[in-house]
Amino acid sequence: MIRPLAKPVANRTVLFRSILAALTLAVPLATAGAALVPGPVHAAGASDDEAERLARWKEIQKSIFGDKTITATDSLVKVDAPVRALDASLVPITLTMPEKDRVAAVHLIIDDNPSPYAAHIAFGPGADAGEIKLRVRVNNYTNIHAVVETRDGQLFETTKFVKASGGCSAPMGMSDEEAMKGMGDMKLKFAEAQPGRPVEATLMIRHPNFSGMQMNQVTRDYTPARYINKVAITRGDKTVLTLDGDISISSNPVINFGLQPGGQGPIKVVASDNQNGRWEHSFTAPSATN
Amino acid sequence: MRAVAGRSRGGTTRRGALFGGLCLCCLPTLGRSAEGFAMDEVGPGIFIRRGPDAEATPENNDAIANTGFIVGERSVLVTESGGSRADGAWLRAEIGRRTDKPISHVMLTHVHPDHCFGAAAFAEDKPVYVGHHALRAALDARGEYYRGRLAEILGADRAGSVVYPTLEVADGADIDLGGRVLRVTAHGVAHTNCDLSMRDSASGILFPADLLFVTRIPSLDGSLVGWLKEAEVLKAMGAAKAVPGHGPTLVDFAPAMDDLTRYLTTLRDETRKAVAADVPIEKAIQTVGRAERDRWVLFDTYHGRNVTQAFKELEWE
Repeated sequence: MIRPLAKPVANRTVLFRSILAALTLAVPLATAGAALVPGPVHAAGASDDEAERLARWKEIQKSIFGDKTITATDSLVKVDAPVRALDASLVPITLTMPEKDRVAAVHLIIDDNPSPYAAHIAFGPGADAGEIKLRVRVNNYTNIHAVVETRDGQLFETTKFVKASGGCSAPMGMSDEEAMKGMGDMKLKFAEAQPGRPVEATLMIRHPNFSGMQMNQVTRDYTPARYINKVAITRGDKTVLTLDGDISISSNPVINFGLQPGGQGPIKVVASDNQNGRWEHSFTAPSATN
Repeated sequence: MRAVAGRSRGGTTRRGALFGGLCLCCLPTLGRSAEGFAMDEVGPGIFIRRGPDAEATPENNDAIANTGFIVGERSVLVTESGGSRADGAWLRAEIGRRTDKPISHVMLTHVHPDHCFGAAAFAEDKPVYVGHHALRAALDARGEYYRGRLAEILGADRAGSVVYPTLEVADGADIDLGGRVLRVTAHGVAHTNCDLSMRDSASGILFPADLLFVTRIPSLDGSLVGWLKEAEVLKAMGAAKAVPGHGPTLVDFAPAMDDLTRYLTTLRDETRKAVAADVPIEKAIQTVGRAERDRWVLFDTYHGRNVTQAFKELEWE
């Protein structure tokens, strides 16, 4: 079952101010020609102690999962991310789930982002749930949590600490207009298929994924949040996966996933955003013989 | 000529030093204010200050780009405004020490803060602020963000404010200072989407701004394919000497441009190869263009991001 994602709080200006206050000095220019690196001062997140981080996670956990027990795991899910992000607006994340047949869904949470619940991916029978890759924005030094939902309804979590800042408020391109170009275009690429092995696929979607935190100087206003909130991938009559997304997903979202071997029929992708944008594309998948 | 000879290959030490706000390559200038910079007279009536290959710090006022001015018979043109109001004010004082002629033009060569945040310091001269036709929109999108970050480092007073161009160059423009004309070219998307270059008729010197980086690693914020295209446009101008946006104050244009195009071509070809071979972006960041590592200052700070930018652009080809 897919739960609604936590949304950014209603008053964006207040939210933005509080984020700015939290960022203090060590905020490099995420998109500048010359990043500004101040002296030996750390972002607020860097000086948070473990207790504060844990308290924040407990709060987020409660808002998403209620009172359900979540057990720490080293084996069911692993998060790979750069320790220090070079580009806070595009941080590549890999989720590995070795016991893939037990996995029903995975949740990705970036604790210190303004809207922490980044993505929820539910796997269908057409998917190979062994690995998922996403590109996300990271707004502060933060823990990134992955929570796996097993087929028997249990929850398991693991975490990874990432140093990055400014990913959500960093302006993305030079103009909003440019960022909107080709919105909804898609590409689906496949790694070379080997008989009997899962097929690795890469879905690319043109979409600005405006976070709602990028300011326009003229209007002194923020470009309204416009982001992909659902991607449904099916193959033939089988569901591959359903992704619920949020503003933490980088612009022009790219997601890598696995297809079960032996699947039949074209792959259909339906993407929609929070402003009623809807795009549908169909792709021919490579058919590995025997 | 490269300034990186003898630097540690370890990387870790260097990164550590950089993160502390220190940069090994420019340690001698640390703690010195912008007033400590000298100006080189690179051509008749052309004075350029070399920006150190460093990041903005509270100590350096973000005075990290090559700035300067050109004196004509009637008036003065500022080639780059500087990286902050404080940096612009320093340049304005330097101009006042050398000439009584009025400052008629200030070039805003592109949107990056180390090039356009000195502009406010020239307000009382009421100059023509010259910018690319796409600069206004770029400042709309980024200016406030840059200002905020700069203010966090330097304080709001020293940081400066966003200044818009009053002359928006669509294609080209000629600026006559008396006895010399600056021919300005508005380029296609390259280093950024709003790059200007100019050529001085009196000396023949080319001012490519950040379309040419020397010693400091180029930063890609526009289009990799477009930059290589604009590099050809610049080469076709046939200039012998150039004042790069970063690096020495005057260089032989052809070999300097060859170094830049070698870096960009390597980045393009190896990223394309990675995309074609389904190498994921996180792996490409670690493997593309490593042969360039010892050829540029601040490689470890910027190269990975350049690969990220290149990958984002080329994966849609």
